[in-house]
Amino acid sequence: MTLKLYMAQRISALIMAPLVLMHIAVMIYAIQGGLSAAEILGRTQGSILWFAFYGTFVVAVSIHAALGLRTVLSEWAGLRGTALNAVAWAVLALLLILGMQAVYGVTAT
Amino acid sequence: MPKEQQMSVSVWRGGAAGAYQSFDVKMEDNQTVLDVVAWIQQYADPTLSYRYACRVGMCGSCAMMVNGVPRWTCRTHVKKVLKDGHMEIGPLRNLPVIKDLATDMDSFFNKWVAAEGLHHPTQTRHDPIEAIDPASAARVEANAGIECINCSVCYAACDTVAGNPDYLGPAALQRAWSVYNDSKDSDKQAILDAVSGVGGCHNCHSQGSCAVHCPNELNPMNAIAGLKRETARNFFKRRT
Repeated sequence: MTLKLYMAQRISALIMAPLVLMHIAVMIYAIQGGLSAAEILGRTQGSILWFAFYGTFVVAVSIHAALGLRTVLSEWAGLRGTALNAVAWAVLALLLILGMQAVYGVTAT
Repeated sequence: MPKEQQMSVSVWRGGAAGAYQSFDVKMEDNQTVLDVVAWIQQYADPTLSYRYACRVGMCGSCAMMVNGVPRWTCRTHVKKVLKDGHMEIGPLRNLPVIKDLATDMDSFFNKWVAAEGLHHPTQTRHDPIEAIDPASAARVEANAGIECINCSVCYAACDTVAGNPDYLGPAALQRAWSVYNDSKDSDKQAILDAVSGVGGCHNCHSQGSCAVHCPNELNPMNAIAGLKRETARNFFKRRT
């Protein structure tokens, strides 16, 4: 792991920490009156704020998880060089696509 | 006269491929693991290969795995490590075995150079000797690592080295941190660059085996944390 990757992982963790707390707080708050898809979508659809909140979350999680898995694959599975980076980029792309699709799904009108 | 007490000692024989060979060795009141190895070589099998020099814990050449733990054998008493009258002595972990208990330490020492743990002088021999304040914060940091005897015990103890052969390892990074904090060193940027690459300090998972096993009770993990801190600080500085 180089300094650049280290910084990317630490900074993505710093971004994630407050977002995780807010995500949990909102979840506890949102289910007080029962949980329904209509209620959630009513809050999130068309909201630029929630798009930005969960969009940022997805980007940070994707970077953090891809780098973490990259280290695990390198040290435990012995992956090196191009193969290692290719897998890490693929994980990043997959998480970004899945995550952004979900964010789009609940915020698009 | 009391009956002579014996212990059974398994010693690694061969190179990377090899096996443990068992020897019966007479127990003495005061006996180090190195004494046992020397006894086997002198009285049981003269073809046994191993390394030592000073026998007093200064030269760092006699480190071996004793019951799976890296130790300086000249300062390790048999009574401390013997389990049910048995012990196992092997070559240091994370290094290629040359023969028996002797490992090829090239990669260990090459990494000291790769980590830029070298002195970059600020003055020439014609300049007067610079006064150093021993109480200054940087000097205290530098002093923390200077008792390293290059024995490679921390390198053998490190699971990150085991998983990543590129990793520079605790000893080399601790030396880099000592040199970085030396006010007489002129190229601190070269050190930060050297420890920021693929095998650099950022690979450390802070498991702390280096600090646990260091025979001189040094704390390379702390030095590595210092390097991480300084490289991170420098990361932003260089971009502004």
